[in-house]
Amino acid sequence: MFTGKWFAEAALSLMTHLFPVLIHPLGELGLIFPPSLALHIPDGFLNPPVMLVTWVVAIALIAVCLRQVKADYQDRMVPLMGVCAAFVFAAQMINFPIPGGTSGHLLGGTLAGVLLGPWAGSLVMTAVFIVQSLFFQDGGILVMGANIFNMGLIGTFFGYYVFQTVRRTIGHNRLAGMVIGSAIAAWASVVLAAVICALQLGLSGTVPLSVALVAMVGWHMVIGIGEAIITAIAVTFIWRTRPDLFYRPPRKAVPLSHSGIVE
Amino acid sequence: MSHPTHPSRSNRILIGTGLGIALIIAVLLSPFASQHPDGLDRVAQDLAFEHKANPEPAAQKLPFYRLFDEYALRGVPAPIATPLAGLVGTLAAFGLAWGIGKLVMRPTLAEAGEQVPPANDETQD
Repeated sequence: MFTGKWFAEAALSLMTHLFPVLIHPLGELGLIFPPSLALHIPDGFLNPPVMLVTWVVAIALIAVCLRQVKADYQDRMVPLMGVCAAFVFAAQMINFPIPGGTSGHLLGGTLAGVLLGPWAGSLVMTAVFIVQSLFFQDGGILVMGANIFNMGLIGTFFGYYVFQTVRRTIGHNRLAGMVIGSAIAAWASVVLAAVICALQLGLSGTVPLSVALVAMVGWHMVIGIGEAIITAIAVTFIWRTRPDLFYRPPRKAVPLSHSGIVE
Repeated sequence: MSHPTHPSRSNRILIGTGLGIALIIAVLLSPFASQHPDGLDRVAQDLAFEHKANPEPAAQKLPFYRLFDEYALRGVPAPIATPLAGLVGTLAAFGLAWGIGKLVMRPTLAEAGEQVPPANDETQD
């Protein structure tokens, strides 16, 4: 089933879907730019009380995740966690332009949640932000709790439950349920992340809350469309190739018993 | 609901494909990323609170800062600095998440060779 040809086709299909979204306008193709820093909050934007509260919330959720992952063991999860973290890290490097001279990039929390469930997905996102912050100074170390919460846990928890709700409404075993559910969840989680980030900035006294809210939500309603498109493409890709990998696989993921093919 | 019997081979292909796609994105596409300020940067510029970012954050005191200036490997020609940073970062994220998963999950079950279906698997529709 998973031959070299399959691999080539799969990679090609993904690339052709991703290229139009990711590649910069032609005029800038020849130039080399380091990716700009992300929705990642740098040290200095949040005050100590807000940093402390966000750290406590993030650590508490991560502790719950550790316990749940331990209890809800699935064989395939360990390598899949590595692969998912690698993809989210790589995708976060690719800022896509949005109209108005701004850019955005995938956060990936919803994707991680859909693929691995909220528990293992949260651990994956945490790993990504640790690497970004420690290795590449992307996102402050002191505010890492806030970054893990905003860009990771909102996607893996809120995004996941939005996804599950929409998916159940459309049909648990239907591709449309997965794609529409994950797209709506991805968009909503980016917008919620922007709201929470604005709230943190406002509470820290960095910028007036109402001004921050309008600006952050405005841009991220557009950036969230990119998140929705990339998440939907990735989910479709996994559905077509290895649907059994999903945390809650569709029934077609057990094709052997249905098709009568004897392995 | 038992799964196909050779998880090791399909797992190898899964890891190869997934990591391969991630590396292609991080190494080959990263130089083309938009250089426009992203959402928060843009807001920080527009609302003029950009200067509040700590000019000497804690991350610059780590030894990694001598290796990487944000997403650029130091000491190599500019065109390959970001792709190489992408390569290292993708592998680091891969290894760290794998390691966390390995540490958290009980090794005894992995050796039993039987896949445990998700506890909350959806059986009704």
